[in-house]
Amino acid sequence: MTSPRRATTPAPGTAPAGAPTRLVQGAHTSGGIGASVLRPDAGLKVTGRFAYSSDLWHEDMLWGHTLRSTVAHAEIVSVDISEALATPGVHAVLTWDDLPTEVRHYGLEIQDTPVLAHGKVRHHGEPVALVAADHPETARRAAARIEVEYRELPVVTDETSALAPDAVLLHEHRTDPCSGRVPHPNIVHRQPVVRGDVARARDRADVIVRGEYRFGMQDQAFLGPESGLAVPEEDGGVHLYIATQWLHSDLRQMAPVLGLPEDKVRMTLAGVGGAFGGREDLSMQIHACLLALRTGRPVKMVYNRFESFFGHVHRHPATLRYEHGATRDGRLTHLTCRIVLDGGAYASSSPAVVGNAASLAAGPYAVDHVDIEALALYTNNPPCGAMRGFGAVQACFAYEAQMDKLAKELGMDPVEFRVRNAMTQGTVMPTGQVVDSPAPVAELLRRVEARPLPPQRPWESGEGADLRQLPGGLSNATHGEGVVRGVGYAVGMKNVCYSEGFDDCSTARVRLEVMGGEPVATVHTAMAEVGQGGVTVHAQIARTELGVAQVAIHPADTRVGSAGSTSASRQTYVTGGAVKHACEQVRRRVFEIGRRRFGTRHPAWDGARLLLENGKIVTEDGEVLAGLAEVLRDEVVEVVQQWRHRPTEPFDPHTGQGNGHVQYAFAAHRAVVDVDTELGLVKVVELACAQDVGKALNPPTVAGQIQGGTVQGLGIAVMEEIVVDPVTAQVRNPSFTDYLIPTILDTPDIPADVLELADEHAPYGLRGVGEAPTLSSTPAVLAAIRDATGLELTRTPVRPEHLTGTE
Amino acid sequence: MRVTFTVNGRTRQADDVWEGESLLYVLRERLGLPGSKNACEQGECGSCTVRLDGVPVCACLVAAGQAEGREVLTVEGQAAHAARRSRDRDQDPRQHEDTPNAALSPVQQAFVDAGAVQCGFCTPGLIVAAGHLLEHNPDPSDEDIREALSGNLCRCTGYGTIMDAVRLAAARKSEEVRA
Repeated sequence: MTSPRRATTPAPGTAPAGAPTRLVQGAHTSGGIGASVLRPDAGLKVTGRFAYSSDLWHEDMLWGHTLRSTVAHAEIVSVDISEALATPGVHAVLTWDDLPTEVRHYGLEIQDTPVLAHGKVRHHGEPVALVAADHPETARRAAARIEVEYRELPVVTDETSALAPDAVLLHEHRTDPCSGRVPHPNIVHRQPVVRGDVARARDRADVIVRGEYRFGMQDQAFLGPESGLAVPEEDGGVHLYIATQWLHSDLRQMAPVLGLPEDKVRMTLAGVGGAFGGREDLSMQIHACLLALRTGRPVKMVYNRFESFFGHVHRHPATLRYEHGATRDGRLTHLTCRIVLDGGAYASSSPAVVGNAASLAAGPYAVDHVDIEALALYTNNPPCGAMRGFGAVQACFAYEAQMDKLAKELGMDPVEFRVRNAMTQGTVMPTGQVVDSPAPVAELLRRVEARPLPPQRPWESGEGADLRQLPGGLSNATHGEGVVRGVGYAVGMKNVCYSEGFDDCSTARVRLEVMGGEPVATVHTAMAEVGQGGVTVHAQIARTELGVAQVAIHPADTRVGSAGSTSASRQTYVTGGAVKHACEQVRRRVFEIGRRRFGTRHPAWDGARLLLENGKIVTEDGEVLAGLAEVLRDEVVEVVQQWRHRPTEPFDPHTGQGNGHVQYAFAAHRAVVDVDTELGLVKVVELACAQDVGKALNPPTVAGQIQGGTVQGLGIAVMEEIVVDPVTAQVRNPSFTDYLIPTILDTPDIPADVLELADEHAPYGLRGVGEAPTLSSTPAVLAAIRDATGLELTRTPVRPEHLTGTE
Repeated sequence: MRVTFTVNGRTRQADDVWEGESLLYVLRERLGLPGSKNACEQGECGSCTVRLDGVPVCACLVAAGQAEGREVLTVEGQAAHAARRSRDRDQDPRQHEDTPNAALSPVQQAFVDAGAVQCGFCTPGLIVAAGHLLEHNPDPSDEDIREALSGNLCRCTGYGTIMDAVRLAAARKSEEVRA
């Protein structure tokens, strides 16, 4: 596939007119980085032929089903499986007692999650037993015949009940690495960040604003449900075809529970229907393998949407208490904040979420005096972990509300106030880390501010005037008598890649050979393609680095080393970096082969810098030395290369100081809303975004990430929340009927303005894209609703009753 | 029970169907047509949208027995359906062969070209729904598109490129008609 732009305009990096022409590797090969290459899997996806993990089928396969707890906190008095086991069509029923080894817990950071409940259940929907049967309905009915007797325990649901002197402990006798650092065993992890002298800085403040903000529990709501197919193998092992974000992390957690060495657990990535953090933790992986190994038959498991709400962790709900001070001329003096995240019953990635919330609590602003504390609780609420934005989303919602409050208090324009305090390259973070690449916070704000505003009351006049543009649409709207317009701004920052000293690496196998007379590159990684477009970008990188047109992407599996997770906006950076690095090694080897074969024919083979372009070896001046096909002949060049970004370090447990992050991503939004104050309905009219992406390797894919992330932030603002009963800790709305995500009617135009300021530390100067737009979208919408209504609005999502005063 | 109905123009029969099975289950698990997707199985997300006697329905909410003797069009049959319509209308068999990728319907091609596909789990339902829209309203306004696709959830794209895809398919169609 080619980019028309590339054929007519010089590629970035080529010399300006007049200067002697020097080629840059790959700049003249079509379909390389920067080109608007189409997805390789789009054809399969639009025709229904792309095989997702729930589409798999195997002869003789059985269906697995999970029995889950109906209560949030209880002792299990007894489990009687006899009736279930006697059901015709049932092949196996498994409980804790059937687990094959002594390793019966798993977890991303802390191994506190039982594979099946033992003695106790700690949250609503916890897996208790498994059934395999020849029809999914048979499995469901058999599971319903399992008799579980519960003796209910008091539930821990919030900070007060978790930290009370007589609080029930979720996990007694903790020995995990976080346990020695926390003041109470019902705190998973705690991270302070202190810097400067807040007490003295507070004395200098002319204005001080305080706020308490509540952030609701969000669901990833990926559309492809948790699912997979486990196939027992002749050597006693198992092959799992699975939708996940990180094959090797699953493998590491699964193998010990299954009692198998890792090389007997083969993993192949099946089609993944979205992820957004919700597939970082295991769901049905171990369960399906246990059933397959027990029955000796392939076992397919597919959650329905109801079960999916219990099958993965959610975004942490949070209570955030902030105090900011500023001088009369609009300079921040200090910040104190306390962020309490509800981690639910098991740790998942709560420790890392706490680290993010604490280290990014100040946002993209220069503030020298801070006293920050973030912590995650253990409660009997649903477990929470990774979701797009990962701890930074909750903080951004709160600090951006504070910025508007301060601006108002000072009588300043909210954008002007932010710009005055915006961090830049060189700013020192509250963690002491220097921001060492571009941080165009002010420019991003200026860009969204400079856009023309959409017309007022679009349903009344103008081109395409349509009553359906009213808040609430046609169905239950007024004629707009009570509709008011508001505009709001927000900006946020998100760390890119894994942080706090994690060895964040990836592996790529790149192969170059001649097939049918054409040089063909094959890229093999274990990267989980979850929809983000990594497969497109890997091919682009290979084209640029190897100067070939044909690139095949090998299916992702565990026959190559770990790629790390498809999360933290890191895959293009890290696995992209590994592909680039492997290609560079391949290129070097090709030149060696060329020198060996043709070195005597032309002096440029020695000494001159050589490039691969359009299937040929050329000099920097564009002189062709040889074709790749004639150099390689039947030789295959294959390189497996690990690659890691520069190291980070842990935050100090007491002060939070440390170079904990490798890169930051910045995005800003301007929201325009129409609010029907009588009906309590919000219509987001436009949600403009500006983001610095360092280098857009695939511009349409970047735009797609920005628009998709923005809408998930919109969802938080006005509709999305998993409602947990405060008395029973049971989930009240586990369905798409009751948990609402934005439809095409709820979603406005999202013009995206993309900056490309290179980060010299990153491959091609790129900056991770996926998460930043989810941060600032929510507070921008909240700010716009506040602007329209004058209400304070301190919680997400904003519901109609918050706007009509009928709570 | 036995269920017999037409799927994408072919008579298909499924045996030993349990009465509680949905049309979606029979298509996916018994007839080898997993293109219709199972995102919610509650009739809320539209990912299983198929056409039953021409009308878009959520296949998860249709009992398999209700399809007896009727015509079902799924995403797998979309390209052939579009080609057939195009031939019937124009009496010109070359028309379809001239499209960039004859294996795709114009709507499918527009989804590919507009970058309207990320994870793609919502895509089959959107293809069927958008195809139905454009058959009945070849020049839809943005509000028409939004209304017609309001029963199809997408979690990846933010819908902007989906709007682009439907606009693109409509524009190409009108160009074709003018030419």
